[in-house]
Amino acid sequence: MKVTLTVNGQSVIEDIEPRTLLVQLLRDRLQLTGTHVGCDTSQCGACVVHVDGRAIKSCTALAVSCEGTKVITIEGIGTEDHLHPMQEAFREHHALQCGYCTPGMIMSSIDIVNRKGHKLDEHTIREELEGNICRCTGYHKIVKAVGAGAAAMAKSSA
Amino acid sequence: MTNPSGIGQSVRRREDFRFITGNGQYTDDINRPGQTYAVFVRSPHAHATIKSLDLAEAAKAPGVRRILTGKDLAADKIGGLICGWMIHSKDGSPMKAGGHPALAVDKVRYVGDHVAVVIADTLNQARDAAELVNVDYDVHKASVDVGLTQKAGQPQLHAEAPNNTVYQWHLGDKDATDQAFAKAAHVTKIDLVNNRLIPNAMEPRAAIGEFDRGSGGYTTYTTSQNPHVARLVMSAFIGIAPENKLRVIAPDVGGGFGSKIFIYAEEVVCTWASKKVGRPVKWTSDRTEAFLSDAHGRDHVTTAEAAIDAAGKVQAVRVKTIANLGAYLSTFSSSVPTYLYAPLLSGQYDIPAIYCEVDGVYTNTAPVDAYRGAGRPEATFVIERLMEVSARQLKKDPAEFRVHNFIKTFPHQTPVIMAYDVGDYPASMAKALEMADYKGFPARRQASIKRGKLRGIGFSAYIEACGIAPSKAVGSLGAGVGLWESAEVRVNPIGTVEVLTGSHSHGQGHETTFAQLVSSKLGIPIEQVSIVHGDTDKVQMGMGTYGSRSGAVGMSAIFVALEKVIKKATTVAAACMEVPVDQVDFVDGIFEARGTNNKMAFGEVALQAYVAHKFDSSVIEPGLKEGAFYDPKNFTFPSGVHIAEVEIDPETGVTKIERWTAVDDFGTIINPMIVEGQVHGGIAQGIGQAMLEGAVYNDAGQLVTASFMDYCMPRADDLPSFDVGMTTTPCPSNPLGIKGCGEAGAIASPPALINAITDALGHENIAMPATSQAVWRATQQSALRHAAE
Ligand code: FES
Ligand code: FES
Repeated sequence: MKVTLTVNGQSVIEDIEPRTLLVQLLRDRLQLTGTHVGCDTSQCGACVVHVDGRAIKSCTALAVSCEGTKVITIEGIGTEDHLHPMQEAFREHHALQCGYCTPGMIMSSIDIVNRKGHKLDEHTIREELEGNICRCTGYHKIVKAVGAGAAAMAKSSA
Repeated sequence: MTNPSGIGQSVRRREDFRFITGNGQYTDDINRPGQTYAVFVRSPHAHATIKSLDLAEAAKAPGVRRILTGKDLAADKIGGLICGWMIHSKDGSPMKAGGHPALAVDKVRYVGDHVAVVIADTLNQARDAAELVNVDYDVHKASVDVGLTQKAGQPQLHAEAPNNTVYQWHLGDKDATDQAFAKAAHVTKIDLVNNRLIPNAMEPRAAIGEFDRGSGGYTTYTTSQNPHVARLVMSAFIGIAPENKLRVIAPDVGGGFGSKIFIYAEEVVCTWASKKVGRPVKWTSDRTEAFLSDAHGRDHVTTAEAAIDAAGKVQAVRVKTIANLGAYLSTFSSSVPTYLYAPLLSGQYDIPAIYCEVDGVYTNTAPVDAYRGAGRPEATFVIERLMEVSARQLKKDPAEFRVHNFIKTFPHQTPVIMAYDVGDYPASMAKALEMADYKGFPARRQASIKRGKLRGIGFSAYIEACGIAPSKAVGSLGAGVGLWESAEVRVNPIGTVEVLTGSHSHGQGHETTFAQLVSSKLGIPIEQVSIVHGDTDKVQMGMGTYGSRSGAVGMSAIFVALEKVIKKATTVAAACMEVPVDQVDFVDGIFEARGTNNKMAFGEVALQAYVAHKFDSSVIEPGLKEGAFYDPKNFTFPSGVHIAEVEIDPETGVTKIERWTAVDDFGTIINPMIVEGQVHGGIAQGIGQAMLEGAVYNDAGQLVTASFMDYCMPRADDLPSFDVGMTTTPCPSNPLGIKGCGEAGAIASPPALINAITDALGHENIAMPATSQAVWRATQQSALRHAAE
């Protein structure tokens, strides 16, 4: 089955089995291995990407259901010299240890800012991150990073 | 001049760029040309005999290359999985261990046990074909309950281990302990369950085996905390290939917490099968498989008693524990509830007599092995619950009661092996009390009561033994390996440095902290330093990362190798500057000839070492590369105090953690930012154990909690922010003064939280996990009790 979509600005046409998940298309066909798989019950958020500007769990979407959409993955935000402010904030605040949850965390965090604005209090951040599991950090520094990243995004988009 | 990337600086992590940009390389990110996919057929039963295994239909399915079983392993003389620590029972007999084949031969012993492997061209094909494997089982009753498994009439797992008992071990002086109890003014007794946990590193385990026909060698890519140990075990014990024909690569590892120490069936089978299939064989665990087959943690049932004299001093502690080891002995499982547990039962206290008995038992559940803290959280839970309950029964302030019993002079020999070298326990307590505003607690409690809420405060004064371990000492206790660490420092001709280390990071940030040490010692910018780890072809033999050992042992090895590099470079510099060696000082990266204006930068000396033009190469060997194998002199003893403060809504049982204070003494700290992160993560795991997590098997041995829907992982909205403080007494037994910090949070936090919750409830005990439902039930009991009174 053919699927046509845009991934990180590049148009992609792939012939896939209908049961192929978006995350499988990204990882196995397009070698975009920054998007991770941490569970099989849509619980952990390691696989979060943006589809037409909204965060989704790519382990839970069939690739064919993304026909005609614009997909952005962790590889598609920021450049080598100009990291996305949220990426920068994660590094600055030591919001990652093993790094496995990190791409999903960053993609979810950007989505939170898009939905909730640049001034995020701790309570909001914690509630909104509920769909992303990190086993390493205890979230303390992730929460700090998201707050700082949100504020930095306001400046950089201005 | 402070080196901005030196020891003690919160240097931002050098590994982060690749992780925040999606360029990390975890095992599942690797794909080898022509690779095939393995899917394991797992037992759906907890205990059964395999009557027949019909592979015919599956073998005909599209894309299938091979289906392999335990018989094929046996035919190739591939050995079973091993347990590397021999424990002897009280009567002197060696532990009674059953076999542990990588693929079951005739019997399966837990749900998820490996029956066969299907290898096909695509993952979907392998999955589809695995469904067609037809296994005829004769299903037996399962023995699941750790408290019952030794009783007569229970189903027997292994013929070698009558009554499902692997060992009946003990430690300490029974007579002295019993005498102290006979004389005690007060005896506190408490029954405890240390709940079974599932590690759940976010990166599931994965393995790729690849056989190279040209060289006759294998490569295994695997999610391992200790690739060299994996190679040693797969070579020397399992017999896949000799070490020089087996390369093990552990690339980026997405968390481990112990669960990636062990050598599992899957990497063994993928490696072995790659030759039979003639293609690389890849396996990636899905989360359900991880729940079923990763080694679990904890799972103790314990009765503990303290004998206290009239002056409020604990004179003896007596502990009896049954430890669930699961259906097979995993790599280090035998040591966890014995030598990693009982020697910590003295906690921070001066206790003259301790006696501990531990029965290690088989049940029809997944193997149990080391999980963050490994034995030490279990010991801390016992002693810190005992201290808390004792203080309450004696109507003493729990902080004062602890301080009254603290060890105050060092070194201190406990009655259970350990010789504590240094510490200042009252200092940590004092700081924690202040940070937690303990004085203000009564007012906060009153305010809560006014709002109809219950407020409680709980302490945990923990100790752990890290830096595992002096090889000779652990050898005498039954360890099958030495526990030194290795380092090689390779200076390149232009003065850049590669450090090859046998430690391996799975989130700890070694590429940063190890480079900070090098930058400090050699006075060169951190950018000139690279850390190489995780590949047995690159790095000399090493022992890996667990037990908070990479700082205290791994960095000590680097330290010693760096000293050798400096010594050698000094001889080169002296020759070049034509002065005697003892006239050369090395300060901030510069070699200076004392009393002259002659100096050479480290990089210049490196170049001269390689060009070898300016010295007599029959006296000074060219080149600049040194190695070290560092064997620790003692364990290290990080310690600290955690204070949890909770507010409970009695209407719903919801427990809110209002404050968390942690004051730790880790000795020298290389990177405070990273250490804080380790503390936070550990606390989160401990809070998970105390409030949220618990593996549940039903009577038939089915794992009821086999997904993130059923097993409650701590999420951002379950946790507070943490107040973390430090006190410092440098460790005297290693050159850097490091004690280790990786496990402290997970060790300290469960008793702190349970002590706080029970304080709020006015109960002596509550089982972990103290979920909202359990807490609500407890509040109902209190209400009934009050009504009855
Ligand atoms: S992998 Fe998508 S939510 Fe876990
Ligand atoms: S950093 Fe390891 S899971 Fe989040």
